[in-house]
Amino acid sequence: MTLEAQNLTFRYPRRGASPVLEGVNFTLQAGERVGLSAPSGRGKTTLCKLLAGWEEPSSGQVLLDGVPLSQYRGFCPVQLLWQHPEEAVDPLLKLRTTLYEAGPVDQAILEGLGVREAWLERYPSELSGGELQRICTARALGPKLRFLLCDEASAMLDLVTQAKLWRFLLEQVERRGLGMLIVSHDAALLDRLCTRVVSLNSGS
Amino acid sequence: MRMNRRTGALALMIFACAVLLAVTLAGELASEPAGVTDFTRKNLPPSLAHLFGTDWMGRDMLERTLAGLSLSIRIGVLTAALSGAVALVLGTASAVFGGWVDALISWLIDLVLGIPHILLMLLISIACGRGTLGVTAGVALTHWPSLARLVREEVLQLKEATFLRAARRLGVSGGDVFVHHLLPHLLPQFLTGLILQFPHAILHEAGVTFLGFGLSPEQPAIGIILEESMGYLAAGRWWLALFPGLALVGVVALFALAGERLRLLLTPATAQE
Repeated sequence: MTLEAQNLTFRYPRRGASPVLEGVNFTLQAGERVGLSAPSGRGKTTLCKLLAGWEEPSSGQVLLDGVPLSQYRGFCPVQLLWQHPEEAVDPLLKLRTTLYEAGPVDQAILEGLGVREAWLERYPSELSGGELQRICTARALGPKLRFLLCDEASAMLDLVTQAKLWRFLLEQVERRGLGMLIVSHDAALLDRLCTRVVSLNSGS
Repeated sequence: MRMNRRTGALALMIFACAVLLAVTLAGELASEPAGVTDFTRKNLPPSLAHLFGTDWMGRDMLERTLAGLSLSIRIGVLTAALSGAVALVLGTASAVFGGWVDALISWLIDLVLGIPHILLMLLISIACGRGTLGVTAGVALTHWPSLARLVREEVLQLKEATFLRAARRLGVSGGDVFVHHLLPHLLPQFLTGLILQFPHAILHEAGVTFLGFGLSPEQPAIGIILEESMGYLAAGRWWLALFPGLALVGVVALFALAGERLRLLLTPATAQE
């Protein structure tokens, strides 16, 4: 499978705003782990949102195996792990509801991520960012997942938990042949994890 | 015993609701005797036997007032529920669909808000043939816009929430997003807005009826009682207007009190105090 961005341009809807991304082309193959680095404010997060279908590009398109991403109904094969997990879960719902919103989650995934049963009876404000991020990861790893986009997904975790999370994700990605995009400011992390690193410059 | 503010607010709200419920039930029981005329006791000022006095046909004013309030409360609840439903549907549709749907609904909101309330209410009531139907339609169809605008703003804001985008891409259907994610977030503002509509609805029902375009004279409505009493005030029969009028103000104040306490309890900033 291939996730492809063709000539993406995006501007936030404000009069006279200059585009955040302009003419961006990008390809991610299944089984690849691509690192994305760029200085702050260059549109790394915006690119992730476009690739995951959270935003529609102003022009250009996102294709999954040649089919526009917006045509996929139900569980989207491209999932984004947001850098602020507390924003990605409904604050009024218990985490059990949030976790199983996309359907059943494999017990092995919950164990691999160290998600505890007791967390699921609580509300998002009662868990730490790291705990929430593990729940978000678990629900994103559904059977239909093909590409996982991690936007600074481990930034709020302590080093031991970070290492555990990445080891688990690498194992999943390799076993299931998933494609992965990792956004980080941490060059050493990208070196360790990725098969290739690209930097985001306008027109690249 | 000292109560914290949350318990205090809750107690006040329950008290207001209980009184309103009691008035409704008492009015239900009083509606039969309220119509009984007895010319041996006409035009009596307030006394222990007739706390609110009697009118020129010997009807007990306390019973008439209770029956009228009960009718007012029931019409108030009905119209608030109807206009709330309209507001919820139109406000959500406007925010969710955007484009021309939003433009049309926003235009409608501005249009209804732009016409003087009482005028539109009278026209609708007359067009629907007055009576209970006319008043209900008139009040319900003029009270939804401000609530619809509130719902629209809330949904517009919620629509951009990260957790909603995430849920949509996880394959949660639009209907489920509405029920599980939108409604729970909307409910506090919506409920408070809805309850604060009751006093409006009741006052407007009484107003339209008072002006002669609402409920019919044989119905024991507060508006009718007040309108009839006008002819007797000059004759010194002050009790015909004073007690029913005060009772109406009391009921309106109770609804406002209940709504205000509910807002305090549901608003995150004050809920924990």
